[in-house]
Amino acid sequence: MKLPVVKKQRTLATETWRRFKKNKLALTGMIVLSSLVLIALSTIVIDLATDNAVYNNYVIKQNLRMRLQGPSKDHIFGLDEFGRDIFMRMIWAVRYSLFMGTIAIALSTIAGGLLGAIAGYYGKVTDNAIMRFMDVLLAIPSMLLATAIVAALGTSLTNVLIAIAISYVPTFARTVRASVLTIKDQEFIEAARAMGASDSRIIFKYILPNSMAPLIVQATLGVAGAILSIAGLSFLGLGIQPPTPEWGSMLSSARAYIREGWHITVIPGLGIMITILALNVMGDGLRDALDPRLKN
Amino acid sequence: MKPSDELLSIEKVTIHYETEDGIVHALNEISLTMKKGETLGLVGETGAGKTTLAKGILRLIPSPPGVIKQGRILFEGTDLLSLNENQMRAIRGNSISMIFQDPMTSLNPVMPVGDQIMEVVEAHTKNASKEEMYQQACDMLEMVGIPADRSHEYPHQFSGGMKQRVIIAIALACNPTLLIADEPTTALDVTIQAQVLDMITALKSRLNTAMLLITHDLGVVAQNCDRVAIMYAGQVIELGTLQDIFKRPQHPYTKGLLGSIPSLTKNVRRLSPIKGLMPDPTDLPPGCAFAPRCQYASDVCTRGVPAIYTLSDTHQVRCVLAEQEVNHE
Repeated sequence: MKLPVVKKQRTLATETWRRFKKNKLALTGMIVLSSLVLIALSTIVIDLATDNAVYNNYVIKQNLRMRLQGPSKDHIFGLDEFGRDIFMRMIWAVRYSLFMGTIAIALSTIAGGLLGAIAGYYGKVTDNAIMRFMDVLLAIPSMLLATAIVAALGTSLTNVLIAIAISYVPTFARTVRASVLTIKDQEFIEAARAMGASDSRIIFKYILPNSMAPLIVQATLGVAGAILSIAGLSFLGLGIQPPTPEWGSMLSSARAYIREGWHITVIPGLGIMITILALNVMGDGLRDALDPRLKN
Repeated sequence: MKPSDELLSIEKVTIHYETEDGIVHALNEISLTMKKGETLGLVGETGAGKTTLAKGILRLIPSPPGVIKQGRILFEGTDLLSLNENQMRAIRGNSISMIFQDPMTSLNPVMPVGDQIMEVVEAHTKNASKEEMYQQACDMLEMVGIPADRSHEYPHQFSGGMKQRVIIAIALACNPTLLIADEPTTALDVTIQAQVLDMITALKSRLNTAMLLITHDLGVVAQNCDRVAIMYAGQVIELGTLQDIFKRPQHPYTKGLLGSIPSLTKNVRRLSPIKGLMPDPTDLPPGCAFAPRCQYASDVCTRGVPAIYTLSDTHQVRCVLAEQEVNHE
């Protein structure tokens, strides 16, 4: 008797996960990032539960007599130029650095991706109109553009997010447009059109999924850039206002004391570096895992 | 031919590609008719305008540079050239569908094949539930001989022949009345070719679909077609049944084509190819486009485009030499 062969059906999510976890480096990146997300969430919970008591007593409490003290048993990352505990500040800063960067890039990926796809797909006047406007945005240095937007809209977290998102839109639009241009002339697009597919279906189901790889890489790199931009804006006094901890602003204000205490610049710097590295390796692994052509 | 049998009627269609280097005369007042359920073979060299004609029927000519200059394409009585984009989209994949040349690149690499079949059904069937559509996609896969449980696999997990069968399943999913197959077997090896063609023919007769089979392989034509149209430089130069074309070819070009196939039965030392090349479509010679390569060419040939001579009910040829033939009878 022949036994019926039961074939396990795999969904896209399980399939992607199966391939993603083969890449140990990417998996490490993901673990680092998820622990950062956990830290950020738990600090939010602590703030809510203790009515900012921990925040007020440990994160922004100054102790000028102990300023610039190096790492010790009580303060494992040492104290900063105002005698604040760097370990606590680092932990409380995760939410701003990580979430703001991610949200800003998510916004500009969606906006830039759509604009780029439309420009690349329709071409001609549409392409010119969109891309020349993007060129205008690109012509202004992104830092200057973000500064101008924040200055115009006023200093607040939301406005910083909007400013960063807008200044990253052109790069995403360009990336997507370029890959759309290479994909839209391929035969399967024509085949789809011969089957009566509408423009929006071709863009969303055929062109965008096929141009995802460069977009994902660009987005993970973008988060890194956005974290630095937020830091820069904070440094100029347009981003996160002191004493709210933020890695970038911690780094920039520590710059002046680099001779007196090495740890106050190195630790926020390491924080940014590890986060960005984790983002990049995870983005890389994600791209490989999401692409069914690399399936094995 | 009774008008009611007529499925597709192409009337004096001219398509140009207007490029910077000049106007490419891809199709020159081409006329052709097809009956319901028949298989018409469209044969010609590379650059004769076969694919332009196929894309022209579906209005998929890239524009610019492509321009449909004149003519009418009547499909079941409606002129396809007068429809707007939305009406055209309702026809594509539904009543007319197309199989492309290269199965390797005609499927979306990031979508499982089952979903790709479902898409056509979804685009053309209103109010079908997800389960019904999935069921139909599975049925289509089974029909082309692919187990339905492979429907969630991606195109790269299939071989070339299987991909072409998936494409055939997509093309036939909505029971089209006309199937345009643009060199469906060129990219496949010979055994798979036979397999795929047999399957197309079987499915076609089951669904009573008419087929326009574009190819440059006369063997494929001989096996599959009811009628044959020979194209040269954007015109049909000879049209007839299989018998007419293979047994009684009239146009020197058709004779040349048949002469360049190696014969299994006769002892032939050398093949007799047609000398010369296709004329440059930006600069077609006056009169008969084949005249410069034709060994029977005379002054008459360069004076004007030869008329179409009807030799029998089924057999037409565009060559002045046929005039004598007609007069003899």
